[in-house]
Amino acid sequence: MTVLDTMQKLEILADAAKYDASCASSGTAKRNSTGGKGVGSTEGMGICHAYAPDGRCISLLKILLTNHCIFDCHYCINRKSSNVRRARFTPREVADLTLTFYRRNYIEGLFLSSGIIKSSNHTMELLVETARILREEHDFRGYIHLKTIPEADPELAHQAGLYADRVSINVELPTDSGLTRLAPDKNSRQIEGAMGGMKMAIRQSKDERKRFKHAPRFAPGGQSTQMIVGADAATDSDIVGKASRLYGNFKLRRVYYSAFSPIPDASAVLPLKRPPLMREHRLYQSDWLMRFYGFAPQEVMQATEADGNLPLDIDPKLAWALKFRDRFPVDVNRASREDLLRVPGLGTRAVGQILASRRHRTLRLDDVGKLTVSVAKVRPFICTADWRPTLLTDRADLRSLLAPKQEQLELFAA
Amino acid sequence: MTALSHVKLGTYYVVHMPEPDDFAFWRERARQLVQCDVPPDRVAWVEPGGNGSLFSHGDKRLPVPEDDKQIIRASKRFLSIAKNVCHHSDPERFSLLYAMLWRLQSNPRLMEDKADSQVRRLEDMDKSVRRDAHKMHAFVRFRMVEDDEGNEHYVAWFEPDHHIVRREAGFFVRRFANMHWSILTPRGCIHWDGETLRESGPAQKSDAPQGDPAEDLWRKYYASIFNPARLKIGAMLKEMPRKYWKNMPEAALIPELVAGAQKRESEMVDAGASLFGSEFEDRPETLAAIDKAIHGCRKCPIGNLDNQAVMGEGPDNAALMIVGEQPGDQEDQTGKPFVGPAGQVLDAALAQAGIERRETYVTNAVKHFKYVQRGKRRLHQSPTAKEIDVCRWWHEAERAIVKPKVVLALGASAARAMLGKTVSISKVRGEPLALDDGSELWVTAHPSYLLRLDGDAKAEQERLFAADLAAVKDRLAQLAQ
Repeated sequence: MTVLDTMQKLEILADAAKYDASCASSGTAKRNSTGGKGVGSTEGMGICHAYAPDGRCISLLKILLTNHCIFDCHYCINRKSSNVRRARFTPREVADLTLTFYRRNYIEGLFLSSGIIKSSNHTMELLVETARILREEHDFRGYIHLKTIPEADPELAHQAGLYADRVSINVELPTDSGLTRLAPDKNSRQIEGAMGGMKMAIRQSKDERKRFKHAPRFAPGGQSTQMIVGADAATDSDIVGKASRLYGNFKLRRVYYSAFSPIPDASAVLPLKRPPLMREHRLYQSDWLMRFYGFAPQEVMQATEADGNLPLDIDPKLAWALKFRDRFPVDVNRASREDLLRVPGLGTRAVGQILASRRHRTLRLDDVGKLTVSVAKVRPFICTADWRPTLLTDRADLRSLLAPKQEQLELFAA
Repeated sequence: MTALSHVKLGTYYVVHMPEPDDFAFWRERARQLVQCDVPPDRVAWVEPGGNGSLFSHGDKRLPVPEDDKQIIRASKRFLSIAKNVCHHSDPERFSLLYAMLWRLQSNPRLMEDKADSQVRRLEDMDKSVRRDAHKMHAFVRFRMVEDDEGNEHYVAWFEPDHHIVRREAGFFVRRFANMHWSILTPRGCIHWDGETLRESGPAQKSDAPQGDPAEDLWRKYYASIFNPARLKIGAMLKEMPRKYWKNMPEAALIPELVAGAQKRESEMVDAGASLFGSEFEDRPETLAAIDKAIHGCRKCPIGNLDNQAVMGEGPDNAALMIVGEQPGDQEDQTGKPFVGPAGQVLDAALAQAGIERRETYVTNAVKHFKYVQRGKRRLHQSPTAKEIDVCRWWHEAERAIVKPKVVLALGASAARAMLGKTVSISKVRGEPLALDDGSELWVTAHPSYLLRLDGDAKAEQERLFAADLAAVKDRLAQLAQ
């Protein structure tokens, strides 16, 4: 076997990591390197240091320690039976690479994951060792996100939480049957058990920090997870339901959705068509509706169509409004924040601005136009001092009036 | 407002700002002018290097307020916005702020009226400054140079839109407290030596170092982390506009990545299409259709050998389905499953256990014979995991039609075809495993394994094989009740 240099390993192991959607560096405790020996700071807000042409933010050095794996999950490019080039970094190499990039202001920190080698525990030990080298030997105070292996010893997961800002465990697929079929070595009870353990540890650490100033921080950035969309038969309703249970049960910061994308050397068990990228986008929108707009999961599910999926041509909020037209029009000069948040085309920011401005003037359609991106989209659902939609709200063809006119053709639809 | 007697009617005033971003200076002068009741259209604010000649008739001596105790009010929101807006590059920023301060005296809550055009303009300027600062945090790229004593010095060149360099020094000090660094910009530079911050005048791009070996690694990372299957150039440009590209080492790759992406994705899809051709879109719904389709199947290399597909055999409503690994030499020649030496072992064992082969559906995990030619003989070769997974499509179609209550997998390959993972026979034999469709899977050794043993080992394995078959027979009897 030829010996790979750092450049080749980086190429293989970054390529292997790119199917993980998360790259966030936000929401952790504030720190800086003043008075320390090393580099690094976190100031609450995440920073995206670059954007790739796929529109995704590059905030962290996102790599695998190794892409060798003893598991055989069909959607994964690194599965045992896949024919990809394999490579392996040592913990020290990863730590050095992280610092080289960090000092040049390329990244906010490290997002480290790994294929399973030898055993789950052995792999987890290597991940923890990498974080330890960065934190203890180099006094690194930037962001660290560690992927935790659910099958590993809880003690190792606990150590990971002490070094990392955020830990995550992927639920992988929205349904148990999908998991059994596509990730035969994984088991949803084990995954959820590990997430539950993390939740308890995070809660306990918060409690200790309240009582003792020097109690160690445990994953101050919380935990997140990722679901693959479109690799099994789960509908958007299933996915929204699963996500809301995860948010509720495990106090997750984020659930990431990753549209299953064609991978080289694909397994034959996978679906024949890749889901449209728009589906992932609609799921994120529905996620936002639940987190910031006061929608209950059942209400998002009501916006789905007969097949249980959200419409692709219009956003879920508009889909919901079209189904519940009796809730509209809403008077922007009188309605409550909750009702205004239901209006398609009004975001949280616009609603805040409407509430502030209407203390000073009676809003006209023009004024609303200044506060929103598109007044045409909002118009059928609101009343202002000089505007009533009259019959517009109830028109049968309202959907076609509001849906984007041109549909982007799928490049590889067939 | 107090008496205006001290303000010369019709007089214009000019304020020359000492620095382009000096909020404290502006605040002092603005307070003084409001106290003297000077309306906004009578004051010109000129930033350093700004064009002051237009206002040459203005009075540079500001009026002195009679009553210095008079309180000038400004809301918290206005102050926080004003601090940011002072850093904006718009020459009108100070006049605009003064106009807003003037209006705030009669309407203290004016900042809440987001539909007011001046409020909106200030809000937009505030946002623009904050965004520029955020982009500076993100897109500054240091290049490392070593001085004569081997000390590392990190130097960056950055071109901000607004006067934010001094404002953002703190961020870089907190982040790189123990490094020596300089950020050079056309609006002034900042330098940190690990202890103190120093400012210097504007610099040029040529003052900064021209490269860093780590940039090759960074570019490699940038190119590798990008997923060509999901090109979203608009989303990238929104957050990383072209104006920043020239000072980012990785941005030079973008045109090439975008051009290559469609090619790379279509290659992946093509590679996939050889597996999932159009006939894969719908599974055949009859055994006869499967039989026809597998003869044309070239989805894996085995199909391209000189052989014929061997279809399963048995009633289409059998309660028991037996799955082997793949056809052997004799099966390939006759086109029937389990007719060679291993088939004879199986038949004998089935008879002993009391299972009617005629009532059983017998098939293979892989439909074609995989072999290597050795002289005249064709030697059996085990299928790879990948080949088994590809063929899973076909026997799943068979299972969907026959709907057996019990599936008996002979050997590890057949077990893999059912479970999607490789299992050890000795660990899973003797116990039923649940399958997706509600049926149960029993796993035992392949009869050809028995043919390769002799002596005690053979006797032991034959006993286990017979016991497994007997257990399946019992289970079938239970299920039939």
